[in-house]
Amino acid sequence: MTMDSTQSQSPRPRLSLGPILYHWPREQVLDFYAEMLETPVDVIYLGETVCSKRRLLRPEDYWELAERVAAAGKQAVISTLALIESDGELKTLKRICADERFLVEANDLGALDFLEGRPFVAGHSINLYNQRTLAFLVARGLKRWVLPVELGRETAADLLAARADGVECELFAFGRLPLAYSARCFTAYNRDLPKDDCRFCCADYPDGLLVATQDGEPFLALNGIQTQSAGTHNLLPSLQEVTRMGVDLLRISPQSQNTAGIIDVFAACLTGDMDLATGMSKLRDWTPSGLCDGYWTGQAGIANSPMERRL
Amino acid sequence: MELVCPAGNLPSLKAAVDNGADAVYIGFRDDTNARHFAGLNFGEKQIREGLKYARDRKVKVFVAVNTYAQPSGWSRWTAAVDRAADLAVDALILADMGVLDYAAERHPNLNLHLSVQGSATNPAAIGFMHRHFGIRRVVVPRVLSLAQVANLIENVEVPVEIFGFGSLCVMVEGRCLLSSYASGQSPNTYGACSPAAHVEWRDTPQGQETRLGGVLIERRGHGEPAGYPTLCKGRFSVEGEIRHAIEEPTSLNTLDILPGILAAGVSAIKLEGRQRSTRYVSQVTGVWREAIDACKRNPQAFRAKESWHQTLAQVSEGAQTTIGPYHRPWH
Repeated sequence: MTMDSTQSQSPRPRLSLGPILYHWPREQVLDFYAEMLETPVDVIYLGETVCSKRRLLRPEDYWELAERVAAAGKQAVISTLALIESDGELKTLKRICADERFLVEANDLGALDFLEGRPFVAGHSINLYNQRTLAFLVARGLKRWVLPVELGRETAADLLAARADGVECELFAFGRLPLAYSARCFTAYNRDLPKDDCRFCCADYPDGLLVATQDGEPFLALNGIQTQSAGTHNLLPSLQEVTRMGVDLLRISPQSQNTAGIIDVFAACLTGDMDLATGMSKLRDWTPSGLCDGYWTGQAGIANSPMERRL
Repeated sequence: MELVCPAGNLPSLKAAVDNGADAVYIGFRDDTNARHFAGLNFGEKQIREGLKYARDRKVKVFVAVNTYAQPSGWSRWTAAVDRAADLAVDALILADMGVLDYAAERHPNLNLHLSVQGSATNPAAIGFMHRHFGIRRVVVPRVLSLAQVANLIENVEVPVEIFGFGSLCVMVEGRCLLSSYASGQSPNTYGACSPAAHVEWRDTPQGQETRLGGVLIERRGHGEPAGYPTLCKGRFSVEGEIRHAIEEPTSLNTLDILPGILAAGVSAIKLEGRQRSTRYVSQVTGVWREAIDACKRNPQAFRAKESWHQTLAQVSEGAQTTIGPYHRPWH
């Protein structure tokens, strides 16, 4: 791929920290964010996005954390539930969206209804697949969108070329991929518990409950009503490419161990202080079930791209 | 309450019409619809003939253009919308906000339905789609309980259609990427879940194996019946136990709760199965026509007939059926 003068001047992508997708103890969450404030991420997404029964932290707690994030010179974004079914969930969503101190990330279409007319972020579970959807949402107030995780570089490049000035593109760059949402809680289902009496068993799996194939290959990770990939999606091998394309933000999705180290690897590889091979060897040590990046190159999500295999 | 039946080809469309459908839904022969299977769907000639056949018998025809367009393929989606408008179909079933925006602007008189693939599960989401695109019906994902469906109907201006029978998606439709994670193609991007070209069957000493994109999604004993190769219904290893980690090979059947569906104010019941045979379409349409008529006549006395269940069981995917998410304990 050739680089013309404008592309070569693209600023480096900034790093963001996605919302915690798992059910961690309150103390662990608070300690985690205290640590994250010291890392080189520019943006921190806060909030419960998976299950409305998880209430160890309330919206008030996230707002308080957001104040601390802002005081540390970072942007705080309040993220919202990805599947809204009940009246209670809708009420909470409305309350979160009504608070205008912080930018809000919409993860369900319902949030768009409440956020229309003011700046918002469209998360990766909002189906923004083309330029017309992008333009439509920009007209409603979208300032940033996270590319749906199954889309690759070809569509990312087309959308980047079509975007209006000032609209930012963020990629899910590191973490187990959120692949699906359901009414069913799969963690409870596999513990033979009904959802209404789940006993918060998802807390036993700080990085999701592993589902392996019958021949022993890690395949999926169950996280309540969310199904994730077992493999950790990782765009480190494509760092130069995403920089050249003008991607604005790379999202690191929190995992229970080594998140700060992972952020440091991305930051050091972006500045050139660490080479990709060194970065990859660290990331491989720190992921529970291996790395993948197939979606980015238009393959199956579980696959490894040629760039990945070279490193 | 309207009965909306599937048709993957002209004989199935005629079968649906002949057996009592109020409306038939179909797709074009490409990736613009969520049943993009080889040999399925309608070309120009079949559509015109199908439309005439249905209209002569006062049955409506809906066209599904319910996958998500990416920039490189955008013109296929707009062409599909234009074509459906030219044919003056009774409704166009869309999912993608960009495609909805195009259709609402270009063809303001076209009757738009929000597809189940549009993932609208609450009044705010439906209100948003209604305000901007003027949708006149919403097909809700198979995640709500019947009580939630009833509550939704009370809180939205848009008539609500639900799935009543057929293959059961366990995930919120339009927001499930399991298929592309294993195979590279998903309902959103390609119009098919677990597409046949990526499925492999192997007989091994350990059993019969089904792979999707090389991933082992099921291994069963010799002689065990083979289900549809849908990855969410395979058996996997969870904490050392081999089990159906997501769902069993079961299909949806809501006949037994039909009075509740009627009382909830559901505007239309959709039967799944455009990829199924003409015989399937005839039989399920016939049973559902009879059931809905019986239920409307006397909802209090309604009891699903054993013969209906037997007919449906013969064509169901897997040996079992479930009321699925409409019944809270399923969750």
